Amino acid sequence: MSSPRKLSQPRTTTAAIAVAAAITLTLTACGSGATPAASSGPVELKVSLFGTFGYDETGLFKAYEAQNPGVKITYESTQGEDKYWPALQTRLASGSGVADVQGIEVARISDVTTNQSDKWTDLRDTPAKDSIGGYIGWKEPAATTKDGAVLGLGTDIGPTGICYRPDLLAKAGLPTDPAALAAQMPTWDAFLALGEKYKANAPAGSAWHDSAGGLYNAIVSTQKEIYYDGSGKLVYNSNPAVRSAFDTAAGAGQKGLTAKLEQFVDPGWDQGFSSGSFATIACPSWMIGYIKGKAGDAGANKWNVTTLPGGAGGNWGGAYLAIPASSQHKDEAAKLIAWLTAPEQQATVFDKVGNFPSTTGAIAKVEGTTDPYFNNAPIGKIFSRSAETSPVQILGPEDGVVKSAMTQALLSVETSGASPADAWKAAGTKISNQVG
Amino acid sequence: MTVQLDRPVPGDSPGTGGPVRLPWRSRLHAWEGRSAPYLYVTPFFLVFAAFGLFPLVYTAFISLHRYKLGSRMSWIGFDNYVWLFTNGAFYNSLWKTITIGVLSTVPQLMLALGLAHLLNYRLRGRTFLRVAMLMPYATSVAAATLVFALIFGRDAGIINGLLGLVGIDPVDWRNGDWTAQIAISVIVIWRWTGYNALIYLAGMQSISSDLYEAAALDGANRWQQFRHVTLPGLRPTILFTIVVSTIGASQLFGEPLLFGGGQANGGPVGQYQTLGLFMYQQGWQFGQLGRAATVAWVTFLLIIGLVLLNTRLSKLRGGADR
Repeated sequence: MSSPRKLSQPRTTTAAIAVAAAITLTLTACGSGATPAASSGPVELKVSLFGTFGYDETGLFKAYEAQNPGVKITYESTQGEDKYWPALQTRLASGSGVADVQGIEVARISDVTTNQSDKWTDLRDTPAKDSIGGYIGWKEPAATTKDGAVLGLGTDIGPTGICYRPDLLAKAGLPTDPAALAAQMPTWDAFLALGEKYKANAPAGSAWHDSAGGLYNAIVSTQKEIYYDGSGKLVYNSNPAVRSAFDTAAGAGQKGLTAKLEQFVDPGWDQGFSSGSFATIACPSWMIGYIKGKAGDAGANKWNVTTLPGGAGGNWGGAYLAIPASSQHKDEAAKLIAWLTAPEQQATVFDKVGNFPSTTGAIAKVEGTTDPYFNNAPIGKIFSRSAETSPVQILGPEDGVVKSAMTQALLSVETSGASPADAWKAAGTKISNQVG
Repeated sequence: MTVQLDRPVPGDSPGTGGPVRLPWRSRLHAWEGRSAPYLYVTPFFLVFAAFGLFPLVYTAFISLHRYKLGSRMSWIGFDNYVWLFTNGAFYNSLWKTITIGVLSTVPQLMLALGLAHLLNYRLRGRTFLRVAMLMPYATSVAAATLVFALIFGRDAGIINGLLGLVGIDPVDWRNGDWTAQIAISVIVIWRWTGYNALIYLAGMQSISSDLYEAAALDGANRWQQFRHVTLPGLRPTILFTIVVSTIGASQLFGEPLLFGGGQANGGPVGQYQTLGLFMYQQGWQFGQLGRAATVAWVTFLLIIGLVLLNTRLSKLRGGADR
């Protein structure tokens, strides 16, 4: 009996060693893509983005290659920004594996201008410098460092409305026309009161809104000061607007007005766009393309778009294109991003994918756009109005961290019955743990 | 020429007095004989030093620093450890690692033992059944977990559909506390039961059939044979699987990560955040490499402790049996 047992002992030691190796390896292994060597032949530009920027989908990369015979574009995209960003950070830190053009989400741009200015190219020194001026007021200042270096060119912004299912609303006896619906929801409280009515008469298994987190993000999107104040101090904890948005969203979750589906993560959320497990969803312009993708052809004419309660303007999301300092083809990359973010291309992306343009020239072009998929909703007009009336938000380096903690806390209220006060406290602990 | 000289000369026999000086060529042979094994194992140890020992030591070094991804390291001594041991999220993840570990390991090994026992009989299509059992193990964690995430879906999942047939209300598997842990344990059990069953089967087949015959002659029925012949014969194998499963459970990472849609928080209240996820979250979501290194080292020590405990326990039991 003793000999087989002894045999197993060396195995356990090896196993322990292997464990140690595995654990430590995960910490030290870094992305090590090959750095492209500059060559005289055709220039290969690597573009690395997240989610749907719409360039590949609308054939803009191909069009650019056709116009510029010397350029070949290699494109890759990560679906979730929460996975894209840490990977990009690792590569920036290790100094290899970054692409020539990288996408940056608006919640990260302040982190970039505050903490990473040495890792990105100042576009004022590149052929893209002429494009910096064409944007709506806040877009480029947000990507500018204290010293005036411009680190990214804006792609889209996220003017926000409400997307809803007219067929479901009709079943619950609520107005289905965008204007009539908007008239009945002058405030967020009125919006939730409509939700109560919906809940009373709704088809089984259908909630008024998709998630408390989504509702919360839409409410704060109408605020000027959210997580940071004008002096750059983190004030989420003392900002009444944040607390009130949190409580409103938590209340909606507690009353069962939300479908309790975590956005972008729960597979049920994706299914909900076609199955009707929720009747409304906060709709930044980029959500238009997402709904089309998830609801598919069968979802055409099932959805419509109206304004936020009270016709308020809000901004949720949007992005930039930037060139890492380690890029070997800065000039070529700069020409590419200048072209991709030019008004004509921004308008094309909006028409086909829904990402709302950030240049004044493009906004003028898309004002009249309607979307046949959404019952011919005048999405150009709705999102333009939202963009015009949206306050200029103060951004800060940890916006992404705070936002994600709030969304998680609200999910805990919805799903595990945590009280809003406890969830708020838990979010605070989480944030201070990360920021500290 | 030298070859001639170095040959042992006949007649010059050893033992004629004083220490014998062997010719250098023989000494070389002797030295080679002694050193060759070391040389042969060197590659493993070189690789181990580069990919095992160095990261281990370097991780310990990092854990003594404040090191945010993309910035410089600064020495902070044991602050990270203080932070860790006063952090509720750490204890939460430790507890979840234990509960998910128990929920997945115990049924998994029991099932595996039962399956192995059945497969040890002469069955038709035995080879097919054995291969089939190993299929889940050969499936990628990612694919399996994504499918299970759909199976455990709240609105359109199969499990809730079946529960609905018997009149049970839909369960929100992923957002519940125990339900999410159970769902993850099911994935682990599904993947590893076959693997363990095959190991048990191999162990069973090495037990001499004489013992079974003797037991049968003494009038032992199948169950008694299982208890008094199979189980004692399998003890070293069982110990091995327990150790390996314990280590696997303490490192559980892929299943909860993918079950949570690729998020490292392990659910809104961390209800299925294991130690592995907690470390990953610190390192790659928050960019706190120093803290992640600290978690890694504490996990490492915990695992070593567990393994030692396991061996000690089994030694005690082995001794008691004699």
